[in-house]
Amino acid sequence: MTVMEQRGAYRPTPPPAWQPRTDPAPLLPDALPHRVLGTETAAQVDPDLLRRLYTELVRGRRYNTQATALTKQGRLAVYPSSTGQEACEVAAALVLEERDWLFPSYRDTLAAVARGLDPVQALTLLRGDWHTGYDPREHRIAPLCTPLATQLPHAVGLAHAARLKGDDVVALALVGDGGTSEGDFHEALNFAAVWQVPVVFLVQNNGFAISVPLDKQTAAPSLAHKAVGYGMPGRLVDGNDAAAVHEVLSDAVRHARAGGGPTLVEAVTYRIEAHTNADDATRYRGDSEVETWRAHDPIVLLEQELTARGLLDEEGIQAAREAAEAMAADLRARMNQDPVLDPMDLFAHVYAEPTPQLREQEAQLRAELAAEAEPDSAAGSESEGSGR
Amino acid sequence: MTTVALKPATMAQALTRALRDAMAADPSVHVMGEDVGTLGGVFRVTDGLAKEFGEDRCTDTPLAEAGILGTAVGMAMYGLRPVVEMQFDAFAYPAFEQLISHVARMRNRTRGAMPLPLTIRVPYGGGIGGVEHHSDSSEAYYMATPGLHVVTPATVADAYGLLRASIASDDPVVFLEPKRLYWSKDSWNPDEPQSVEPIGRAVVRRPGSSATLITYGPSVPVCLEAAEAARAEGWDLEVVDLRSLVPFDDETVAASVRRTGRAVVVHESGGYGGPGGEIAARVSERCFHHLEAPVLRVAGFDIPYPPPMLERHHLPGVDRILDAVARLQWEADN
Ligand SMILES: Cc1ncc(C[n+]2csc(CCOP(=O)(O)OP(=O)(O)O)c2C)c(N)n1
Repeated sequence: MTVMEQRGAYRPTPPPAWQPRTDPAPLLPDALPHRVLGTETAAQVDPDLLRRLYTELVRGRRYNTQATALTKQGRLAVYPSSTGQEACEVAAALVLEERDWLFPSYRDTLAAVARGLDPVQALTLLRGDWHTGYDPREHRIAPLCTPLATQLPHAVGLAHAARLKGDDVVALALVGDGGTSEGDFHEALNFAAVWQVPVVFLVQNNGFAISVPLDKQTAAPSLAHKAVGYGMPGRLVDGNDAAAVHEVLSDAVRHARAGGGPTLVEAVTYRIEAHTNADDATRYRGDSEVETWRAHDPIVLLEQELTARGLLDEEGIQAAREAAEAMAADLRARMNQDPVLDPMDLFAHVYAEPTPQLREQEAQLRAELAAEAEPDSAAGSESEGSGR
Repeated sequence: MTTVALKPATMAQALTRALRDAMAADPSVHVMGEDVGTLGGVFRVTDGLAKEFGEDRCTDTPLAEAGILGTAVGMAMYGLRPVVEMQFDAFAYPAFEQLISHVARMRNRTRGAMPLPLTIRVPYGGGIGGVEHHSDSSEAYYMATPGLHVVTPATVADAYGLLRASIASDDPVVFLEPKRLYWSKDSWNPDEPQSVEPIGRAVVRRPGSSATLITYGPSVPVCLEAAEAARAEGWDLEVVDLRSLVPFDDETVAASVRRTGRAVVVHESGGYGGPGGEIAARVSERCFHHLEAPVLRVAGFDIPYPPPMLERHHLPGVDRILDAVARLQWEADN
């Protein structure tokens, strides 16, 4: 029995005038992920774009290894590496115009950096000195989001608001394969499709949600298929093929900007490192699987394409590596400085106006700090606790 | 001062008027929720707004509370002022993740760079014969979440004034609407409706000298009734209407209890882990030497909200309040 035949079994018989919705746009995603590198299409891609992607990938990889090293030195509390997924991260950042918005998950530091955020500011959350180290409005990057999939409705709401205001703004939201099981994923896609919001959802399917593989996460043929039920197009793309991800996302962004509504893009990729530095990946996957994916490395794929086409030589490769090294050295140096925190900041941004209760607590902490600073004259510091 | 014409109005009408005036005054105010458009909300509080301001400003959303609040977060991030309606108290729970993880802390986590000016209207509480999941008092959950303001009106004038103030606030406000007061009438001046105390202030609804009843929302009229009844027993009760649970007006409450020396906290949500425990503790901390008796609580039972045919046994009524007042003659018994 086909799905269409099955329908009658659970749907009440509609009155004669009833018609099912049949959108002209083909919603079903391709059976195989879309690829550009290594195909004839690659010749049509702008060489400057390919070179730009390459430089960013090399820089991104270096960023990942540097951040991971910083966890070992105790400079970062935790780092969820996106090594192996850099093509998705970089393409997500590069397809957006300055006025557009990026909605990253906790793993997408790299996308934020590729969009132009200061690498140190991007690590504030993971270092533990504050939750968000930048002004989201200034960079049009929402705070790195830890609760899974909850940033997706924000992206929908923001893009909806922008359109209501007449602004030509697209929001791109990133989510992992595990995140697609959350209720917020469903609600965000549904709102986006019903309201025809200029938003693009990019699922980075890296095979695992911590330890849980995709086949325990979903029974759908692909995550891109999930789009069909909402009435939006779903696209499947090779997430290690930077040119392909860029192309598919560009299509989706263009479609959204032109008023065509949302698109769900699933990028098939792989998380080469463990979930975070705190995770032991050997408990749930074998080395041979990782090695297979290493052979499909996004940087190697693009490097092969560029060299085969004569768009990149040893000198170009060297230049990209040096730029990456310079970024890493700067990151290292700045991360090795102890952040200076003001404890009074604890109360600064809970409400626009602190409540009387917070004012009391603020005064208490100020007195404690004063006593700490001058242990011998603790009594004299009492008057400082009277608040503003 | 010119004399003003007072007209009878219901709390629901005052709320509608507040939404309308806020939308007219500020184009960034957007109302959204389930059935708020064509129907005007199941309590008709949003009646006429879609017609007057268009469906982009008063929007029927898909049926999804997390989606409603989550998209409202994004809209507020882009500079709008969403006013979200949760259809009933117990149906706001799917949105708690968004509320607690994002709404309440966006200002804090961005160090003030991204405040979220949004209002979440929640019809709450019992006494209307609702079936299960239509009568919860959920204020303790909201109170326990730093970053939210929690307000609840008990009068028609406050319904208008507090809702306008909530919408104007640059912080997220959970606006709890006592369902059973929606149709309560009051003489109200629609021409000068904003002359109420701001968010964060409690008011003395009835001055008295022998004990203070500390209450809010749906229990305010009950306490006023109890205060009237107590006169026969020789008790002159003061009734303090909190109006705002966060921020909490320690000053007004403590000043009253210091004057009267006795206090009873009255609310219909459960007592254990409920707002009354917090309020009683604050009063004890501030007024210990003025107290003639322990601070008592008259609350709903610690049970899931009962079926309608039994709710009158659950809701704190005049008799239970008077019993508590009698127990305030503490030193005599001990
Ligand atoms: C709502 C929620 N539940 C649980 C977690 C804990 N958690 C953090 S990451 C993760 C797995 C996420 O997997 P996926 O969405 O595939 O993203 P990936 O880590 O692979 O990038 C879990 C369960 C969380 N952050 N949020």
